[in-house]
Amino acid sequence: MSTLEIRDLHVAVGDKEILRGVDLTVRSGETHAIMGPNGSGKSTLAYAVAGHPKYTVTSGTVLLDGEDLLEMSVDERARAGLFLAMQYPVEVPGVSVSNFLRSAITAVRGEAPKLRDFAKELKSGMDALSIDPAFAQRNTNEGFSGGEKKRHEILQLELLKPKIAVLDETDSGLDVDALRVVSEGINRFRASGDTGVLLITHYTRILRYVKPDFVHVFAGGRVVEEGGPELADKLENEGYEAYVRDARKADTAKAASA
Amino acid sequence: MGLETKPLSTLHEKSSYDVADFPVPTGREEEWRFTPLSRLKGLHNGTAAVTGGVVVDVEAAPEVRVETVGRDDARLGRAYTPADRVSAQAYSSFEKATVVTVPKMTAASRPTVITLRGSGAGAAAYGHILVSVEPMAEAVLVLDHRGSAVYADNVEFDVAEGATLKVVSLQDWDDDAVHVSHHHARLGKDATFRSFVVTLGGDLVRLSPSVSYTAPGGDADLTGLYFVDEGQHLEHRLLVDHSVPNCRSNVTYKGALQGDGAHAVWIGDVIIRAEAEGTDTYELNRNLILTDGARADSVPNLEILTGEVAGAGHASASGRLDDEHIFYLQARGIPFDEARRLVIHGFFAQLLEKIEVPEIRERVLSAVEAELAR
Repeated sequence: MSTLEIRDLHVAVGDKEILRGVDLTVRSGETHAIMGPNGSGKSTLAYAVAGHPKYTVTSGTVLLDGEDLLEMSVDERARAGLFLAMQYPVEVPGVSVSNFLRSAITAVRGEAPKLRDFAKELKSGMDALSIDPAFAQRNTNEGFSGGEKKRHEILQLELLKPKIAVLDETDSGLDVDALRVVSEGINRFRASGDTGVLLITHYTRILRYVKPDFVHVFAGGRVVEEGGPELADKLENEGYEAYVRDARKADTAKAASA
Repeated sequence: MGLETKPLSTLHEKSSYDVADFPVPTGREEEWRFTPLSRLKGLHNGTAAVTGGVVVDVEAAPEVRVETVGRDDARLGRAYTPADRVSAQAYSSFEKATVVTVPKMTAASRPTVITLRGSGAGAAAYGHILVSVEPMAEAVLVLDHRGSAVYADNVEFDVAEGATLKVVSLQDWDDDAVHVSHHHARLGKDATFRSFVVTLGGDLVRLSPSVSYTAPGGDADLTGLYFVDEGQHLEHRLLVDHSVPNCRSNVTYKGALQGDGAHAVWIGDVIIRAEAEGTDTYELNRNLILTDGARADSVPNLEILTGEVAGAGHASASGRLDDEHIFYLQARGIPFDEARRLVIHGFFAQLLEKIEVPEIRERVLSAVEAELAR
């Protein structure tokens, strides 16, 4: 049983404050969807929790099972059980998928898998996501299509088996077939019940395949409404305009009173 | 310049066997401005005391003929004429030359390894090697430079019609060595030349690989890898002179630098002369700067004197490790040091695959690993 606990998180990029007090708790067995318009700070939340150097946490706490993630380096966070599936997975020239995954598995599990076992595990993982086995010898993400990159992210998710997975717009840029394959991967990962998922998305489309337990609406750098899966249906019909307007109004009022 | 006059190249102006034809460099000349002359131990101004001290040892493939000859051997200096002062000094000062001949239509069954071992950096030595690959022959050659020396030499690769020569030159000197060297390949019709230069050791190494073509169809591929540490000056000056039609050349050099005063210089000169229609050439240099205090100078020069080329391009980039690469690997639990090692390894990976001699590939790989562990 694991818990990711985000309290009053404020994050800036340079001088600009992007997150303005985010509170969120994700437990094993739960799937939370964070939905919001472009520029609302969804991705900033994902990267700040993972520890990307571009994002500065100005106040607040992030705990994983009571341990302070913000005190940890990027790799320590991952080894503590956090996973971030990136919206734009990075191309790493000269580092093969196989070599990369073996290094990652070795780091996360604390010991190198036997070559035979690793080969088997990799093959079945790739099969499940309909990834051509030839990809194991290709350079990580280099020349992959958008869909191939996302499948590769989910492959890592399934191999590394984190406690909490943050999936940043994993659905963007996928056609329906790829979306189904990727969603099946996420559902396999969820099936154990030991893992928590924070699914960040702009669209409701993926929620038809990956059913959330909670939906949070993000606007202006904070959570502005929370609810169950029905909230996603409301967003599908009404869009984000009302939330964006309210967030802007609140900002203007705050600026006027200051 | 009138319409009747063909334009001339400015990149390769002068060549001569006579030292006196080249003034003592002052450091202001284009070809010397990057080289710290004070560290050349007198190789450039005639003050280096010659006592020898570099032992040449050849382990040849059974099909290959090896001779040690005197200065008067008529075969020497045919493929190459010295192009700067130190090269001319070496040409007029060596006592014995090594001549390796791969007979006509013969494919050597294993690499021929020439080991050049320096016994001390106290005094200077000069050398000369000629590798003659006769028509339709094929061979792999390894030049392995070790130990400590102040050494200037010229190496001629004469690759005849339809022949193939693959060379690996390893500069794995001790920390105090000084080495100034010209490697020139002269390619006959449809000849193939592959050069792989690896420079790791030495206080100052200045290596100038060059290629010329005598007939169409020549194909040259020049690859280089260097790792520059604190205080080292490693300089590679390439010149490909396309003077006949329908030849190809490709130059790829990559280096990593770390530590205070680490200095890499890469000059990539390519001339496509007026006669050299249908030339296809590309040159690339990349430097990975791993710490503050290291410096890379990278100067590609492409001089095109004809309008009819098949392809001509160059690229040069020097930069730091990409934070996004490191972040991605770390986000998967891989510790920083290991992530850095993987990325640097990846930077060199495609080059290393080109080394066709497995033992040498392994040696270079472990040398790179050792550099990374510093």
